[in-house]
Amino acid sequence: MTSTEARKQQYRVIGTRPIRHDGLDKVTGRARYGADIHLPGLLTGKVLRSPHAHARIRGIDASKALALPGVEAVVTAADFPIHEDMEIDLVETLGNLRVLAENIMASEKVLYRGHAVAAVAATSAAIAEEALGLIEVDYEVLPPVLNGPDAMDANSPRLHENMTTHSVAKRFERGTDTGVGSNIASHLQFKLGDPEAGFAEADVIVEREYTTSTVHQGYIEPHTATALWDFDGQVTLWSSSQGAFGMRAQTAAVLGIPESRVKAIPMEIGGGFGGKLNTYLDPVAAALSRETGKPVKITMDRAEVFIATGPTSATRSRIKLGAKKDGTLTAAWSELVYEAGAFPGSPVGAGASTGFAPYKIENILVDGYDVVVNKPKVAAYRAPGSPQAAFAIESAMSELAEKLGMDPIELRLKNVIRPGDRLPTGVPLLPTGCEEMEKAMRSHPHYNAPIEGPNRGRGVAVGFWGNAGNSSSATVSVTADGGVTLVTGSVDIGGTRASLAMQAAEVLGITAEDVRPSVGDTASVGWTGQTGGSRTTFSTGLAVVAAAEKVRDEMVKRAAILLETEPEKIEFDAGTFKNGAGKSLSFQEVAAAQVRTGGSITASASSNPRQVGPAFAGHIVDVEVDPETGKVEILRYTAFQDVGTAAHPSYVEGQIQGAVAQGVGWALNEEYVWSEDGRMENASFLDYRMPTTLDLPMIETVLIEEPNPAHPFGIRGVGEVCIVPPMAAIANAVANATGRRLTHLPMSPGRILEALERPATNGTGG
Amino acid sequence: MLPQTDYVKASSVAHALDMLHQYGTGAAILAGGTDLIVDMRERRREPTMLVDISSVEELAEIDVGTGNIRIGAGVTVAGLAGSAIVQHQLPLVTEVTRHFADYLTRNRATIGGNLANASPGADLVPPLLALNASVVLATAQGERTVDLNDFLVGPRRTLLLWNELVRAIHIPTPVPRGQAYEKLGLRTGGAIAVVSCAVSMDQAGGECRRVRIGLGAVAPRAFRSSEAEQIMEGHMFSSDIAARAAEAAANSSQPISDVRGSAEYRHAMVRALVERALHAAYERSSEPQE
Repeated sequence: MTSTEARKQQYRVIGTRPIRHDGLDKVTGRARYGADIHLPGLLTGKVLRSPHAHARIRGIDASKALALPGVEAVVTAADFPIHEDMEIDLVETLGNLRVLAENIMASEKVLYRGHAVAAVAATSAAIAEEALGLIEVDYEVLPPVLNGPDAMDANSPRLHENMTTHSVAKRFERGTDTGVGSNIASHLQFKLGDPEAGFAEADVIVEREYTTSTVHQGYIEPHTATALWDFDGQVTLWSSSQGAFGMRAQTAAVLGIPESRVKAIPMEIGGGFGGKLNTYLDPVAAALSRETGKPVKITMDRAEVFIATGPTSATRSRIKLGAKKDGTLTAAWSELVYEAGAFPGSPVGAGASTGFAPYKIENILVDGYDVVVNKPKVAAYRAPGSPQAAFAIESAMSELAEKLGMDPIELRLKNVIRPGDRLPTGVPLLPTGCEEMEKAMRSHPHYNAPIEGPNRGRGVAVGFWGNAGNSSSATVSVTADGGVTLVTGSVDIGGTRASLAMQAAEVLGITAEDVRPSVGDTASVGWTGQTGGSRTTFSTGLAVVAAAEKVRDEMVKRAAILLETEPEKIEFDAGTFKNGAGKSLSFQEVAAAQVRTGGSITASASSNPRQVGPAFAGHIVDVEVDPETGKVEILRYTAFQDVGTAAHPSYVEGQIQGAVAQGVGWALNEEYVWSEDGRMENASFLDYRMPTTLDLPMIETVLIEEPNPAHPFGIRGVGEVCIVPPMAAIANAVANATGRRLTHLPMSPGRILEALERPATNGTGG
Repeated sequence: MLPQTDYVKASSVAHALDMLHQYGTGAAILAGGTDLIVDMRERRREPTMLVDISSVEELAEIDVGTGNIRIGAGVTVAGLAGSAIVQHQLPLVTEVTRHFADYLTRNRATIGGNLANASPGADLVPPLLALNASVVLATAQGERTVDLNDFLVGPRRTLLLWNELVRAIHIPTPVPRGQAYEKLGLRTGGAIAVVSCAVSMDQAGGECRRVRIGLGAVAPRAFRSSEAEQIMEGHMFSSDIAARAAEAAANSSQPISDVRGSAEYRHAMVRALVERALHAAYERSSEPQE
C-alpha cells in the first residue's frame, strides 16, 4: 500500500471528503424528483394490469371508461406501432424492439400478472382509477409456468409460440439455433482446457445444487414518468431513470419516432440499482399525451413496482469443484439456470463469466440457460447475475476447504487469479488487487478474533465484477468569479456530482466547492451512457478530466497573454499561473479576464475507454443462529474491496455498506412469495422484508486501493461488486455455526429450523 | 389511491359521537389512520365521512385512578412509550412500544385504534390481555365497560357498535409484578408479528399467582390461553411446568399458514416464546421491591 499512499499525496482533492453539492437539497426535501413535476393542465395516467400470469387477450373494450366524465384518453397496444422481432442498437445494449414494446404494453398475450394491457389519462387520479375498472378485457386464461427448471421441460406451457433455443457455443461468435420450440431462449457455454481430465486428476470433489428466489432492488422511489407531446411533434419527458439518454432512445424506438424529436429531462432519482435502466412508463405517458394534447404523469405505487418492473432472476445452479490435496483446483463445472421472466434476457451470461473469475483454473465448463417463465421480465440489479452464481460457487469453495481441512481464505489464495491470468471468458485480467485483498482479509483482526459462544459461526466469500466503461460527455465552463460549471449527462445516484466535480477540481487546481456540477438534459450535453455498471465516476470521470484539461490549457494561453509571455513558459501549479520570472496570476484573475483575452472559456469532451478495470470484493461475517426460532443475527461484518483510488472515500464506503445491507436481505429474508397461479403474495415493504437499520450491525469497510491503470487518477468502479459475496459469506457462517449447509435463498427462519432437524454434516464450513 | 370522502375534525368526544350518530355506518373514526388509511387505499373500507379525533385532548390523557390506570384511546404508541406512569407501572406496555412497527407509525398509531382494528396480530393486544385490561365504550347516551377479552370477537371484529367510540382502556391495579413480552418478527425493524406473547404473574414463595398469558397472531383473534394459565396457577414454578404450560399454549393456538410463516412454524414458535416469557416473568416477579 505504500506506493498508493505516496501517490495519493500528489492529490489535493481526490481522496478527500467534501460535502456533496446536492446534499442540502436532498436532506431538506427541496430536491425535485420525478413525481414532483406539476405542469398546467397535467393529467394523471394509470395503467391497467393483467390479473393473470398467462392469458391470451381476445379483446379490449374501453368504451365505458371513455364515457366516464374526466377521462380524456385510453391507450392499448393498438395505439403503438407494430414492431417485428428486431435487434435494435440502443447504443448501450442490443435490445429486441418487439420485446421492449411488448413488455410496456401487451398486444396478444399477457405473460405475467401485472403486465400492462391498457392505460388511462384523466383529470384526477380517482377518475383514472375508476376508469381502469370500467375497461373490459376478454382473456383466455392459459396455464402458467413459474420456475426455470419446470419451464425447460419440453411439455411445459410455452410463453412464446415462435421462440426457439439460441445456442452460443463460444464467446464472440454467433451460435446456431436449434429450431426447436422451447422456453429456453438461449444456452451458452464457456469451456477452458479439458474439464473431464481435470476432474479425473482431483483428489477431492464437491458437488451440490443451489437455488435462489426472485428478489427486487427495493429502491425507495417508485417509477414515474411525465410526458408532453407538443403540437409540433416534439416530445418532452421528465424522467426518473438512471439515464435520460436511455429513456430517450427507448421511448423513441417504442413510439417509432426519431430520437431527435424526444428531449428527456432527468429528475433526481431515489435509487435504481439497475432497475431504472429500462423504461416502463415513458412511452405510455407520451402516447396518452399525444392523444390528449396535454401533459400526462404516471406514477407507480409500491405494489406495481414489485409486480410490473424488473426484479432479478430466481436461479438454480449446479456446481462441481475438483481439487488436489494441496488445494489446487483441477477443474470446475457449473450449470446455471436463470429465469428471465416473461421475455428473454436474464443475466445468466454475467453469472457464467464471473463466478469462477476470482480463481485461476485450467479446466472450466460453464453451461448457462436463459429461461422464460410467467413472471415479470427481470432487469439489472447491482452486478446483475453475479451474486446468484457466487452464492453457489463460494459456498462450494468453503465446503471444499472444509473437506480438504484447509482454511477457507488459504484455499482461495492458493488459487487466486493474478493480473495477466485468463478469466473464464478467456480475457486476461488487468492489474487488480484480488491477492492483496485476500491477504488483508487473512491478517485482519476480525478474521483472527475467536468466535465465542454457542450457535455462532464465521463465513467468508469473495466476488468479481467486470464493471462497465461506455461513453459519457462533459462540458466545463469557467465563470467570471473563478469557479467552473460542470455539466454531465450522468444522473447522480450515489454522489457522482461530487466525485466528478472533484476530478475537475483536481485538474484545474481549484476546490471541489468551486465546481458547480449539474446533470444535463439530452439537449444540453453530449450523449452519455446511463448510470450503471459502476461506470460513472470512472467513465464520466474520464470525460470530465479531458474537458477540464482543455480548459486548463486554454487558461494557460490566456494567462500567457495577460503575463505577456509564451504559453509554453507558463507554469501551472495548484491553481496559479506563473511566468517563470516572478509574476503570477490566480485562477480567478485569469477567469475574470476571459472575455477580453479571447472569449469565454469552455470545453467539452467525451470518453470512450477501451479498458475498464474490474473489481474484487471479499467479506467476513459472524452470525448467531437462534436454534429455537431459526433467526440469524449478523454479529459482525467486515467488507474488503479493491476500490482503485477512492475518489471520495465516504461515498465508496457508503456504496459498500449499502450493498452489504441489500445482500443481508437477499441472504436471510427477501423473496417474492408466489401463489400457484403466479400472484406475488407479498407485494409491499411490510412483507417483502428488506433489512432495517435495526437488523444490521455496523458494516466495517477495508479499502484496498490498487490504482486502476485505465484512469489517470486510478479510479475504479466500486458500486456493484460489493453485493456479490454477502449471500455466500452468510451461508458459510450459518454452516459454520450449525453444521448444516443451507442451499436455498433466503435462509429464512423456517428454513433454518428445517435444516436444524437434519443431522449435522459439517462444522467448520466458514 | 384513496376513495373520496368527507371529513370533519372533532373538537370533543361529544362532537365525535354526534357525528357518528348523524352519519351512521358511513362514518369512520380517524385517529392515527395507520390502519384506516391503508384499508381505504385497498378499498376494504369506503367510509363517506371521516371523523378525525386526533385533536381531542381528553382522549390523549393517561392517569392513575382508584384501582386502575386509565389510558385515553387517543394516546399514541409514542405517547405510551414516553409516559412515566406507563414506564413505572406497566413495563410490559413500554416493552411492546419498542417493538411496535417503526418510529413513524408509533408517532401516529393510537392504543384505541390498535384495539378497535382487532387485527389478530395487533401488537398491543396480548400485553393488554395479560394485564386484564377493559375497554370503555362511549355513545351519546352513556358509557359501558367491557373486558378486552370479550371486546375482541374475531379477525377485525369487535363488540363496538356503529354509534360507539373506544374512549379509554382501564388496567386494574396493582398489576402483577412479573411481566414479560416476546415478539417474533422476521426482521427487527418494522416487523409484523409472526407470533407474539405476553405474560404477567405474581408469586408467593415460588408459587405462581395471577398468571395471565396473552397470545397474538396465532388465532383468528388475540386471546388468553386459559389452558396454559391453569397449568401454572397455584403451582410452584419450575422449568418443567413452564415447558408444559408452553406446550398447552401452543395446543390452544390455531395458527394459519401465510407469507410470514407456516402453521407448523407458528405452533412451534408459540411453545418457544411462551416458555421464554414464563421464565422471564417469573424472574421479574421475584425481584425485590424498590
